[in-house]
Amino acid sequence: MVDRNPWLNFLSHAVLILGVAIVAFPLYLALIASTHTADAIVQSPMPLLPGAHLWDNYRAALLGSGKLGSNTNVLHMMWVSFVVAMVITVGKIAISLLSAFAIVYFRFPFKMLCFWAIFVTLMLPVEVRILPTYKVVADLGLLNSYAGLTLPLIASATATFLFRQFFLTVPDELVEAARMDGAGPMRFFKDVLVPLSRTSIAALFVIQFIYGWNQYLWPLLMTTTEDMYPVVIGIKRMLAGGEAAVDWNIVMATAIVAMLPPTAVVILMQKWFVKGLVDTEK
Amino acid sequence: MEKRVLFRSAWLPWVLIAPQLLIIGIFFFWPAAQAVIQSFQMEDAFGMSTEWVGLDNFRQLVDNPSYLDSFQRTAVFSVLVAGIGIVVSLALAIFADRIVRFALVYKTLLIVPYAVAPVIAGVLWVFLFSPSIGVVTYYLGALGYNWNHMMNDGQAMALIVIASVWKQISYNFLFFLAGLQSIPKALIEAASIDGAGPWRRFWNIQLPLLSPTTFFLLVINIVYAFFDTFGIIDAATQGGPGQSTSILVYKVYQDGFKALDLGGSAAQSVILMCIVVALTVVQFRYVEKKVQY
Repeated sequence: MVDRNPWLNFLSHAVLILGVAIVAFPLYLALIASTHTADAIVQSPMPLLPGAHLWDNYRAALLGSGKLGSNTNVLHMMWVSFVVAMVITVGKIAISLLSAFAIVYFRFPFKMLCFWAIFVTLMLPVEVRILPTYKVVADLGLLNSYAGLTLPLIASATATFLFRQFFLTVPDELVEAARMDGAGPMRFFKDVLVPLSRTSIAALFVIQFIYGWNQYLWPLLMTTTEDMYPVVIGIKRMLAGGEAAVDWNIVMATAIVAMLPPTAVVILMQKWFVKGLVDTEK
Repeated sequence: MEKRVLFRSAWLPWVLIAPQLLIIGIFFFWPAAQAVIQSFQMEDAFGMSTEWVGLDNFRQLVDNPSYLDSFQRTAVFSVLVAGIGIVVSLALAIFADRIVRFALVYKTLLIVPYAVAPVIAGVLWVFLFSPSIGVVTYYLGALGYNWNHMMNDGQAMALIVIASVWKQISYNFLFFLAGLQSIPKALIEAASIDGAGPWRRFWNIQLPLLSPTTFFLLVINIVYAFFDTFGIIDAATQGGPGQSTSILVYKVYQDGFKALDLGGSAAQSVILMCIVVALTVVQFRYVEKKVQY
C-alpha cells in the first residue's frame, strides 16, 4: 500500500470486523439455536451461547422427530436437492458447451437467428413467466418429476455466453494445427477445446450448483408430493404452523444442514467462483 | 464474433445446437408466447371458455390501485435494496482492498451469504426479528423500540430490505473488490506523491474509476430486487401485512396461483418482461460504453 497509516489500518480492520460480525450474526444465531431445546429458544431473550443439545437436534432434524407434522425425511430432501442441482449444473454446462462450439466454429444458415434466440433468454428469469411455463410442464405431464424440476431452469443462456466469450479468445492456430493433423471438429472439441475450458467449467459449476440448490419458487409450483420436495421447500413448510408452534431448534438445525453443501462449494472453490462470477457478467 | 478458421459441415452444427434450441423452444419461447396471448384473453373460473378481450387485462391493471401500489412498492424496495447494498459493500470493499492481513478470512466470511438460499435468508432474519422470540426484537424492546413487522408496514418493508441486502452483499463486495484491484497502482501512487490523502484519493480516483462497476451493479441489484427476492418475501412476510410487501413478482404468483386470475397474471408477466428487457437494453448500452472507456 502507498501509505502506512496505522490509524487507517486500524480503522480498516475495525470496519471489516464490524461488517463481518453483522453479516455472520444471523448464521451464528442459527447455529446457536440448533444446539438448544425448543423451550430454551422460546425464552426471551434466547441464549447467545451454544447449548448441549446439538446431537439430539441434528438427529431429530435428519431422521424426523415425528412431532412436526411434516415428517418428511430431511435426508431424502437433501438427495432431491442434490439431484436437481447436479442435473441443472451438468445439463446446462453440457448443452452450452455444444451450442457455443457450433456458434463460434461453424457457419450455417440462420446462425444469427439462433444466436439471438439464445441471447433473448438471458433477459427473462423463470419468475417472470411462471404461469405459462407451469402450464407447458403440466401439459407435458412432467409435474412432480426431476425433468419438470430441472429442464425449465436449464433453458437460459448464461453459460452459452460465457463459453462463447472464452472460445473467441482461443487462438485460431490451434484449429489450424488440429486440422493439419487430421483431426475432425469433434476431435478438436474433445481434445483441445474442452480441456482448455476447464477453468470456465469449474466456475460455472459453482454458480449453477448454488443456483440449482437454492431454487424455491419453481419447485414450489412443480411439486405436490412430499417425496419430490427439495430441502429448501421442506424448511419453509416447517414454519407453516405459525411462529409459536414452530420447533425452532429443529428448523435451524435443518437450515444449517441445508446450507452446508452450497457453502462448502463456494468456500472450497472460492478462486473459481470469484473468477466465474466476474467473467459471466462481463 | 466469428473465427477466421471454421469447420465445414452441413449437419454437425445443427446437431450441436439442437439440444439448446429444443429446450429454450419448449420451456422459454412457447410459454413466453402463451403469456403474451393469454394477456389478451379472459378465461372463466373453470377454464371452460376463453374470450379475446384485447387490452382489457392491461386496462384493468392500470385502473387497479392495488397494482399501482405494488408497482410503487417494488420501486421503493428495489431502490432501497440497490442503494443500501451498494454503499455498504463499497465501504467494505474499500477497506478490504487496503489491508493484507486476514484479507482472505474477511473475504471468505463475506461471501457466505451468496450460498444461502433466499428462503433460508428470510427464515434467518425472521428468527432474529420475530415479534415473540426474536433476539433483536428483544433488545430493541429493551431500548424502548417496539418491533412488530406483522403489524407495521414500514417495519415489514425494512425487514425484507435488510434480508435482501444481506443476501446480495457478497456479490456486490466481490465486484467492487475486483474493480478496485484492477485500478493501476501507479495512479494511486502518483496521487499520493502529489499530496492527496486517502479520502481525496477515494473521491477523485477510486470512485470515478469504479463508476462502470457501480452502474453495472445498480442494474444487477435492481433486477435482483425485482425477481430474486421472492423466497425472502415468502418466508419473511408473505406479502403482508395487508399488501405492504407484495412486490410485483409476488403479486404475479398470488394472482396467478392463489387467485387463479390467468389473464391478469399473464398481463402482469408481460409487463415484467418489458421491464426486464428495458433494463437489459440500458445495461448493454452501458457495456458498449465501457468498451471505449
